[in-house]
Parts: sequence; structure tokens; C-alpha cells
Amino acid sequence: MSNLYRVACAAGFSGDRLGVARPIVDEFIRLGEPACLIFESLAERTLALAQLDRRQNAAAGYEPLLQEMLEPIIADCVSNHISIVGNFGAANPEGAAQLIADIAKSKGLPPLKIAVVKGDEIPPSVFMPYLSKADQIMLSKSALVSANVYLGAREIAEALEAGAQIVVTGRVADPALTVGPLMTHFKKSWDDWNFLAQATMAGHLLECGAQVTGGYFADPGVKDVSGLANVGFPIIEFDSAGNCCVTKAPDTGGVVNRMTVTEQLLYELHDPAAYLTPDVVADISKAQLQELGENRVMLKQVFGHQRHETLKANICIDGGWLAEGEISYAGHHAFERAQLAGKIILERLSPALDLRVDYIGSSSVFASDSGDGPSFKAQGGFEDIRMRVAAAHQDKALAHQLCREVTALYTCGPAGGGGVRTSLRPRLNTLVAYVPRDFIKPSFQFFSGE
Amino acid sequence: MSSTKKKIPLYQLAHARTGDKGNRSNISLIAYRPEDYAVLLKEVTAEKVREHFAYRNPTSVQRYELPQLYAFNFVMDEILDGGVNLSLNLDAHGKSLSYWLLAMKIDPSL
Repeated sequence: MSNLYRVACAAGFSGDRLGVARPIVDEFIRLGEPACLIFESLAERTLALAQLDRRQNAAAGYEPLLQEMLEPIIADCVSNHISIVGNFGAANPEGAAQLIADIAKSKGLPPLKIAVVKGDEIPPSVFMPYLSKADQIMLSKSALVSANVYLGAREIAEALEAGAQIVVTGRVADPALTVGPLMTHFKKSWDDWNFLAQATMAGHLLECGAQVTGGYFADPGVKDVSGLANVGFPIIEFDSAGNCCVTKAPDTGGVVNRMTVTEQLLYELHDPAAYLTPDVVADISKAQLQELGENRVMLKQVFGHQRHETLKANICIDGGWLAEGEISYAGHHAFERAQLAGKIILERLSPALDLRVDYIGSSSVFASDSGDGPSFKAQGGFEDIRMRVAAAHQDKALAHQLCREVTALYTCGPAGGGGVRTSLRPRLNTLVAYVPRDFIKPSFQFFSGE
Repeated sequence: MSSTKKKIPLYQLAHARTGDKGNRSNISLIAYRPEDYAVLLKEVTAEKVREHFAYRNPTSVQRYELPQLYAFNFVMDEILDGGVNLSLNLDAHGKSLSYWLLAMKIDPSL
């Protein structure tokens, strides 16, 4: 059994459920075998939002819940040699490292070896030539918020090899959080494409947390999942041959079966024969899943091909303002009254604003912004409809008018409207560029703050 | 259209999950029972899925077949009104769209 290495994921996005690491850490301690705990908390736009935070406060810009994530488990991880790897550094990995050092100190732990991975932030001179003409024009008209390439697993692996107990990163490919520790433990070569692909798909299964253990899966009476209020986050068991078994901590809710793993295996994937990451091109076109027992599924037949010579970069720019307003109508003729409210808003604001109108309870999320799509009518003539309007504009004052007009429906709109809520928020837009690897110089450093 | 009455919604045979990247959506479609894969293969073609989502004006719909997983992956371009950054949809990611695919009517006979 000592051939096994375990990686578990205790966060699938910034804002994921807290406290989920405890059952995993307890299981790792009970097993007493080498293991790593990862936190994935950096979705496409999270980093740009963090960059905005950092502009307000130079000490901010990392995962806002980092303290709550690590404080309950850091002492047990350190004393049981459980490595921690997370992209919770976001726009300020050094700030995150400082906080971790402070937490460790407050717990009376000896100084930790905390590694910070750098090099994901890139200046315009690096990405500009690789933006499309249309995107270059868009960028010239908007403020740049953040620009980062997706780094691979190598710096994470090297930091662990050098003795890091905790590795803090900014933008890395999500599976890299898993590939790094697996490469360190199994000492494979960086052109062992099959192993890299197997490790990458293990990371892919982990990176959304409970989405592989019964979260985002339940459909009562059709796909029932017990204990979702206490869903266990995933653990993968990996061996040197690249076999990957997905499971979860004992005495937790949720389920791991062929269906949950298949849904997550294909999640956000395009061509199954070519899943592109900074480390490898993974191929799951022949992949097989085997249920080994309760809450244990083995992934096999994953292959790899040589990685591409470019790295994907996300460039976030200011996207103006998003205004939203909602009001509810219920009971007799609710749909007709909601439609009248929508008509009034259109008459007040079109064409100055390009509006989307939803009738929540009849048609909303399936519809396109232009209003096309299926709609449903409640049976029995009794309805409960929430009218929602949304618009985006560069001009904040103009966008704000939408909020005012929805609020005014209280006295100037149809009968019986209630529950107005409005919001006005800045938007971000993302551009994508593929930058040659040679221009990117990632590295890691041990944190030496204070 | 005499076979209309025999048609059943896809959700009786399969489950699905949506993912997104920018303005591109991918929806996995997975048979509950391995023996139903053949029905899905025949009935849920890229063309039919394109028709089903026509109101969102996809520029392309690609179907990838994964028989050993009893699954398909549908990749649809430009159906998210610009995606999470630009769409005015409450569900700007299009995460709910898996259930629109599952609402599609199919002929369950082989």
C-alpha cells in the first residue's frame, strides 16, 4: 500500500463550503500514508476580482476565506506531513503566505516552509501581439484589470521537492495543483506524457470539489444522493502506474459512482482526445471507469501527448456596469401583470439601454438575451412570477436608471407588485491569448516575510 | 409525425451536466443504462441538438462519442450570449442548459 499517494480537494471554488477538510485530514492521519490537500479557489474571473481588492488594500488580493480554510487543519497537516497546495494566492500570493505564517505562529507551530509560485502575471508587452485585432481594439478602450498565464505543475513540484510544506500559487491550471505533488512523489519525468495525463485527469476530477462526490448531481427520485448537507469532498488514490481511484472520506454524505465520475470527467471538456493543459495534452477518448466498491471508482486508459508550445493567458478588462432589478407578482393574472411591468420598463428605457426581460417562474434561464426560448405556464391559472430586467452599459449613471425604474414600479406599475430588489455592479470582460512558453519565466521562492 | 406519441423526453434515459468556457458550452449526456447508448447514438445527433438549441443560434454543434462511458460530449459554440462576462442571463454560465437538452423528445425504439 505504500506505493499509494493520496490527494484530496477541500475547495472547488472561492466561496465553497468551509469545514470540509476536517474529515479528509482525519482520514489521512488514520491512514498514516503520504498525502496532499489541495484548495482550488480561482475561477476565471476570481483573480481579476482579487486584483480589484488589492487596489483598494495592498494587503488584500488573496482568497478572502483563507484563514477560515486553513486555521482548523493547518497544525494537524504540518505535524502529520500532509502537504498543502492551493491557488488561494490569487493576485497576492505573498500576502497569502504572510497570513499563513501568522496563523502558524498563532498556533505555536515552528516556522513553516511556505513556497510562493511566481511568474503568472504578465505585462501587455508579452500578451499584446497574441491578441486578436478585435480584442486589441477592445483593450484600447477599456482599463486593464489583470493579465495572467495559466502556469503548469512544475514549480509546485519543485517547491515540494525542496521541502515546502505549503505551496501558494496565483494562476495555475487547476489540475496542476494535483499534478505537482504527484510528480514530486513518483519522481516521473516531465515528458512522461501518459503519467502526466493520468495525473492531470486525477486533478480534473478533484478540482471542483464535491462535484465528483455527489454534489451538483442530485435530482430527487431520479438521481438521489444522501447526506448532501454533509457531502464528503473527494480523495484520489494514485499509484506509480498512473491508476487513479476516486473516493471520499468515511462518514460523510454524498456518493462516488460511475455516474458522478462520468459527469465530472466530461465537465468543461471539449475534444475528449485533446484536453489541453500547460503540462500535457490529455486524451480520455478511450477512458474507462470501473466501480471497485462502495464510493470507489477507478479511472483507467488515460493517455497523454506532448504539451503545446503556448500557454493560455486570461486578460481581464473593465466591462462597464451591470444593472439588475426584480419585482414579484403572484396569484390571478400574475403573468399578465408581470408582462405589463416589463413593457413599462422597455418603454421607459429602450433604446438607451439594451434590456433583457425575464419572467421567472415562466421563462428565464433557458431563454436567450433576446428573449427567445421555451416558456412554461403554471397550471390552474395560479402563478407566482418574478419579473427581472437586466442591462449593461459603460455609463454608470445610465445603467443606474434601470434600478430606479424598477423601484418606481411600486407606485407607477401594475397592481400587486412587491419585493423589489435592485443591484448595480461593475463588470469584467475576459480576453484570451496564447503566449509562447519561452516568454514566461515561472519560479518559486520560499517566503521569508516579517 | 405518426411516431410523435411514442416519443419520450431524453431525461428518462440519460443524465447530463453543463460546463462553460467563454461563449462555448459543453453538455455531457450519459445513459443510465449501457443498453440505451445505441438509442442515444441514433436519436441525439449533432443536427438534432443544433435544432433543439436553434433559438440560441449556435455557430457549431459538435458531438463526441464515448461508447465505453455510455456517454457523449456536445460542444456548442456562441450559444451563451457572450458567456459569463457579457450575457445578461441570470445563469450567465448556461449551467441550467443540461436540463434543456434533457427536455428533448426522442424515439426510444431502435
